[in-house]
Amino acid sequence: MTPFDYARAGEVAEALRHGTAPGAAYLGGGTNLVDLMREGIARPDRLIDVTGLSTTIEERADGGLLIGAGVRNTALAEHPAVRQRYPMLARAILAGASAQIRNMATVGGNLLQRTRCFYFYDVDGARCNKREPGSGCDAQDGFNRIHAVLGASDACVATHPSDMCVALAALDATVHVAGPQGSRSLPFTDLHRLPGDRPDQDTVLAAGELITAVELAPLSFGANATYRKMRDRASYAFALISVAAAVEMDGDRIADLRIAFGGVAHKPWRATKAEAALRGGPATQQAFLDAAAAEFADARPLRDNAFKPALAGRALAAVLGALTTGDVA
Amino acid sequence: MSLIVNGTAVPAPADARVSLLDHLRETLHLTGTKKGCNQGACGACTVLVEGERILSCLALAVQYDGRQVTTVEGLAQDGALHPLQAAFVEHDGFQCGYCTPGQICSAIGMAAEAQRGVPSYLSDDLSADTTLTRAEIQERMSGNLCRCGAYNGIIDAIQATIAPKVPA
Amino acid sequence: MSIVDTAKQAAQGLLQSAMEKLVPLAPDSWIPGGVPDPLIARKHGLIGKPVSRLDGALKVSGGAHFSAEHRFDGMVYASLAYSTIARGRIVAIDSAEAQAAPGVVLVMTHHNAPRMAAPALFGSSPTAVGASDLPILQDDRIHWNGQPVACILAETQEQADHAVSLLRVTYAPEPATTTLEGAKANGIEPGVFMGGPLENTIGDAEGAFASAAHKVDHTYRTPRHNHNPIEPHAATLAWIGDELVIHDASQMVSQQAQTIGEVFGLKPEQVHLTSPYVGGGFGSKGLWDHQIIAAAAARLSGRPVRIALSREGVYRIVGGRTLTEQRVAIGACADGTFQALIHTGLTVITPHNAMPEPFILGTQSAYAAPNLLLKVEATRMDLLTNTFMRAPGEAVGTFALESAIDEMAVELGIDPVELRIRNEPEKDPTSGLPFSSRHIVEAWRQGAARFGWDQRSPVPGARQEGEWRTGMGCATGTYPYYRMPGAEARITLTRDGDTVRAKVEVAAAEMGMGTATTTAIVAAERLGLPIEAIEVGYGDSAIPGAIMAGGSQQTAAIGAAVIAAHTALVDELLALAGNDSPLAGLSADEVGSDEGGLAKLDEPGRRESYASILARAQRDSVTATKAGSAPLELMHWSMHSYSAVFCEVRVNAVTGETRVSRVLGAFDCGRILNPKTATSQFRGGIIMGLGMALMEETMVDDRSGRIMNPSLAEYHLPVHLDVPEIDVIWTDIADPHTPMGAHGIGEIGITGVAAAVANAVYNATGKRVRDLPITLDRLI
Repeated sequence: MTPFDYARAGEVAEALRHGTAPGAAYLGGGTNLVDLMREGIARPDRLIDVTGLSTTIEERADGGLLIGAGVRNTALAEHPAVRQRYPMLARAILAGASAQIRNMATVGGNLLQRTRCFYFYDVDGARCNKREPGSGCDAQDGFNRIHAVLGASDACVATHPSDMCVALAALDATVHVAGPQGSRSLPFTDLHRLPGDRPDQDTVLAAGELITAVELAPLSFGANATYRKMRDRASYAFALISVAAAVEMDGDRIADLRIAFGGVAHKPWRATKAEAALRGGPATQQAFLDAAAAEFADARPLRDNAFKPALAGRALAAVLGALTTGDVA
Repeated sequence: MSLIVNGTAVPAPADARVSLLDHLRETLHLTGTKKGCNQGACGACTVLVEGERILSCLALAVQYDGRQVTTVEGLAQDGALHPLQAAFVEHDGFQCGYCTPGQICSAIGMAAEAQRGVPSYLSDDLSADTTLTRAEIQERMSGNLCRCGAYNGIIDAIQATIAPKVPA
Repeated sequence: MSIVDTAKQAAQGLLQSAMEKLVPLAPDSWIPGGVPDPLIARKHGLIGKPVSRLDGALKVSGGAHFSAEHRFDGMVYASLAYSTIARGRIVAIDSAEAQAAPGVVLVMTHHNAPRMAAPALFGSSPTAVGASDLPILQDDRIHWNGQPVACILAETQEQADHAVSLLRVTYAPEPATTTLEGAKANGIEPGVFMGGPLENTIGDAEGAFASAAHKVDHTYRTPRHNHNPIEPHAATLAWIGDELVIHDASQMVSQQAQTIGEVFGLKPEQVHLTSPYVGGGFGSKGLWDHQIIAAAAARLSGRPVRIALSREGVYRIVGGRTLTEQRVAIGACADGTFQALIHTGLTVITPHNAMPEPFILGTQSAYAAPNLLLKVEATRMDLLTNTFMRAPGEAVGTFALESAIDEMAVELGIDPVELRIRNEPEKDPTSGLPFSSRHIVEAWRQGAARFGWDQRSPVPGARQEGEWRTGMGCATGTYPYYRMPGAEARITLTRDGDTVRAKVEVAAAEMGMGTATTTAIVAAERLGLPIEAIEVGYGDSAIPGAIMAGGSQQTAAIGAAVIAAHTALVDELLALAGNDSPLAGLSADEVGSDEGGLAKLDEPGRRESYASILARAQRDSVTATKAGSAPLELMHWSMHSYSAVFCEVRVNAVTGETRVSRVLGAFDCGRILNPKTATSQFRGGIIMGLGMALMEETMVDDRSGRIMNPSLAEYHLPVHLDVPEIDVIWTDIADPHTPMGAHGIGEIGITGVAAAVANAVYNATGKRVRDLPITLDRLI
C-alpha cells in the first residue's frame, strides 16, 4: 500500500475542501477501497474519512426516504421503512457480502465499489483497460464467466458487483452529490456508466464530487417486490445473475412494474425493454420469458457466460410469477 | 489518538496504512485475532466494535479512534471462558483453531443483531421478529469460513448457548 | 544422479522386491500386527469415549500461537515479488526505488542471495520433502508464473509490501507449455508414484469390455484444486549463532528441518523447527520457497524474519491438486457382475516435480473384476508444482469410478448399493493379498437403513416440490492404511512422591486432526495412567524420529512407536525393579501396564506401581526411546479405510443451483479412538468433498499459466449455509492387525463424496455431470 495521509471530515464542506486535491480519495467503510489500495489498484495519497457525514435516514413527507451516504448497509436493511416499503432493497443488501462487511460498508461506498473481474485485480500479471487505460483487456478471451453480456465494449466486459445497486436501479432512486461546483442530483440509473472506450470511469462523478445521499421516491407497490440472487454457493458470493422486481397488478394484468438485473453489465441494469413489454399485459410465464428475451436481444455472450441470458430470463419469470400471484417471500 | 481494546486505551498507529488487524497482532501482540486472507473474504479477523462485528483486516486502525474494540482475548470473564467459548470446546466447533476466534466473535455479534431484529436474506417476513433457526444461523455466519469443516459443531455450539437467548 | 546412487537404488529395489515376494507368504505372527494389540481388547478405558481437545481452551481464547505469532527481538518483515511470466529469464531487476523506500532493510534477488543447494525432492530420501527440486533465487531462470523473484525485508509489513510494489523486473519470456493440448502434443509419459508405476493389468480388460453384455464408457474431468487452509503459510525464524530456529507451520516437522538444513549445508542439530499449532494443512503445509527465502534473507541481513504469505502469495508458490482426465469403462453381465474394469487417464505434472495425481489407487482394491486395466499417464506443463491434497488420488479417482458405477447401475436397472455389494471382492483384486479388515458391506447396510435409501426413486426427476427437485446418490469411499517408517516415541515417567506423570514425545504434527488428544488417550491406556497424568510433546524437530501428518498414517505411526517405546520402558522398569520387587524375574512380555504400574499379565495381583519401582531405585524419572517396527504388515495384508457415502441434493429447476440437503457417511475404519474428534475429521473431509463437487476450481489462464482466482473471494469454499447437518456412523470393528485396531481417518472423508453428489444430481434431474465442479450453468 502506498503511504497516505488520513483525515476525518467533520462536515461535507470540509470533506470537499480536502477531497478536491489531486490524489485524494473519500473513504467510507473501507471494505472495497482498503482492499483496492492493498492490491495496488487504488493509490491515493490522502484519504478523507467521510463515515461521520450523512448518517441518518429521513422519512420524507411524500412517503419517500432520504438515505445518508454514510449510513451503514446493515442500518439501511434493518430500517423499518425499508423492510416494509422497500423489501427489494432490504433483501438486496442482505444478499450482499457478509454481515461483518455490511456492518462496515456505507451506502455511498457501496455505490462506488469496483468490479470483481479477475484481470482487473491482477495488477502485476494481466492487462486491464479499466485499471490501466489502453493496456488491453485480458478478460475478453480469458475467464469471463462472471462478465457482462449487455452493454459491454471491446475495451471492457466487466460487471458491477453490487447487489444493493440493482435494487436502487429498479427503485428509480436519486443520487445527491456535493462537489466543488456545488450540489446536484441525478437519477441513480445515470450514475454508473457503460464502459465504452473509457472503462476506467465507473461513474459520471467528477473529481472531488462526493455522494451525500440516496433518495427513494415513494413506490405504491414497493411492498410487492423481491430480490433474487444466483451464485456459486449458497451465501457470501458475488452474483452470477440477480433480479430485482416489483409488480402492481390490476386484475389479471400487470398495471406497473420495475425490473433490474445484476451481473449482466458494467452497471446495474434497469430492464426498461422488459418492463415496457409487460406493462399493461398479461402475467403469464410466456410473457415473462418473452420480455426477458426482448431485454437480452442484444446480448453478446463471451466464452464462458453464454448461460447468463437464459438464466436471467428463467429467474425473471420465476420472480414475476411469484409476485403476480402473491406467492412471494 | 487512541483506541480502547478490551477495556484498555492504546495508541493508534502513526502509519495510517496499518489495519486494525495488524495493529492488534503486530503492535499490541493480541494474536488471537487471525489473518486468513487480508481482503475481507474469510472472516478470521472478525472483532467486535461496540458489540458490532466487523472485519479488522479491512479496517484502518486510525478509523477506530476512540472506539471500543473487543477481541477474543477480551471475552473471558474473571478467568472463565465465555459460555460460547466453552461450547466450542464441548461441541468440537473447530479443528485447527485458526478460524475459531473469528467464528466466536462473529457469533456474539450475530446474536446481538438478531436480538434487535435485523433480518437476513433467508427471512420470509422481513418485519417479523427473528427466530434463529439452524438455517438462519448458517446464513448469518456464512461470512466466517472454516476449511477444516467444523461447521456442524460451530452451529451446535451457538444453538446450545447464545441462540436461545434471542426471543423467538 | 551418480552411478553410486543408481546402484544403491537398484540394490534397494532388489531388496524391496524380494520383501514384496516373501512378506506376503510369512506367517502372520512374524508380521507387525500379527498378534493383536492388547489395547484392542480393553473396552472400559478412554478409547472410544468422546474426549474434548486438550488444546481446546487455548484455541478458543486466542492463546494458541501459530507460526506468524512468534516474535524475535529486532525482527523484520518479509514480502515477496512474484514472476509474471511462465518461463524465461530475468533480464533486469531495478530495485533502486525499493532500496530507498522507508524502512527497507534488504532487497534480495538471485544476484545477492546466499548460495544454497536446491531442496531435495520429496521421496528422494526418507527425509526429503522438497515440493520441487528447483534452485531458489539462485539464477535468472523462471519456471512458472508466480515464482518468487525477489524478497524485501523491512521494519514493518506495510513498508515491505510497499517496497515490493516499487520493484521493476524485466523478463525475456520463452515459449512455455501452458495449455493441456500443448502439453499432450509435447508427449505423454507413464505415471510413477512413490517409486512405482501407476499401472495394473489383470487379464484382458479391453477384450472383456468389448464383448460384455452391458457397458458404460465415459470420460470424467476434475479441475485443479487448492488446499486453502485458513492460516496462510508463514514462518518466523532467526539465526542464533550457527543454529537456525524456525517457528513454522508444518505437517512434516522433522523432515522439513532436515531438508532445510541440507539446503544451507547445516548439520541436523543446527536446525530447530517448532510447529505446535498449524492452522490447517490438508497436504499443503510443507516446505515451499518461502521458508528457505526467509532463512536466506535472515542470514544475509543478520535480522530475524517473519514471512507471512499473503493469500495471493499462497496461491503463487504453494501448489495444489492437479487436474485429471479419467476414462472409466465397465463391462458387466446382466446380473451386475463386472467382467472388465478399465480406469485410465491423464494428469498434469511439471518439469520440476514427480507427483502425478494417482487416481487409480482406490480402484486397485475396490471391486472384483476378472479383467482390470488401471493406468495413470502424465504430461508436463510449465506451472507451479502440484502436490498432495487431501486423499491424493482417491479424492478425484473415486469421482470417476463411483460415477461410472452409478451409470452402470442405471444401465442395468440395479440399485447402486446392491450393484456395489454384488461386486465385493474376497481378496485384493490387484495384489491378491487378503484384506486385514474389510466390512464395507456392513457399512453399506447400516448406512442405507439409517439414511432411508429405500425412499429413493430409481427414476430421475421423480421428486419435485416447488422449484426444487430432490435426488439421492451414493458412492464408496476408500483410502489406504499406511504406516510410514521412521517414527519414534520417547516416554518419560516422572515421580513426584507417590504421583507419577508421563510425558510422551513424538515428532508428529497437529493441524487439528486431534492427534495430540488421541495420543494422550492411547498413552493413558497403554501406560495405565489417568489422562490427566499424560503430557504429549509434538511439533518439535528436537524430538527424535520423523513422523508425517500425511497419508492418514500418523496415528498408526505414533501408535506403533508408542508400543515399541512402552516395551522398552517396561524393560527399563523391570531392570530398575530388581530382585526385591514382586515382579522380580519376569520378562517384558510377561507384564503389562495397569493402574499406575506394572502387573503380570496372567496374574494381575503380582504387581508394583511405577512410583514404588522408581522410589526403591531412588530415581525421579525413567525414559525410554524406541522406533516403531518396520511396516511389513502393508505387504502382508491389503489394508484400507472404507466408507459408504449417501447424499441427498436439491436442484433448482429454474436456476440450476444445487444445495446438499443431507449427507450420511457410514465408515469402516477400524476402531474409532476418539468419537468426538473423529466425527470432525469425517465431516471435515466430507465438506471438502462437497466443495470439490459443487464449487472448487483453481483457474489457470492457459495463455499465461497464471492462477486468476488467487483469493478466497473468487475460489469458492463451502460456507456455513452450504453445509447441512452431516450424519456420521461407523462400524467400529477393530482391525486385529493395526495398533489399537485403528485405521486412518483423515482422508477417507473426502473420498466418494463428489460422486455421491453427482449421482444425486443425476437422480434429481436426469442430468449426468462428468466435469467438476457441478455449477449451475452445467444444469440449466
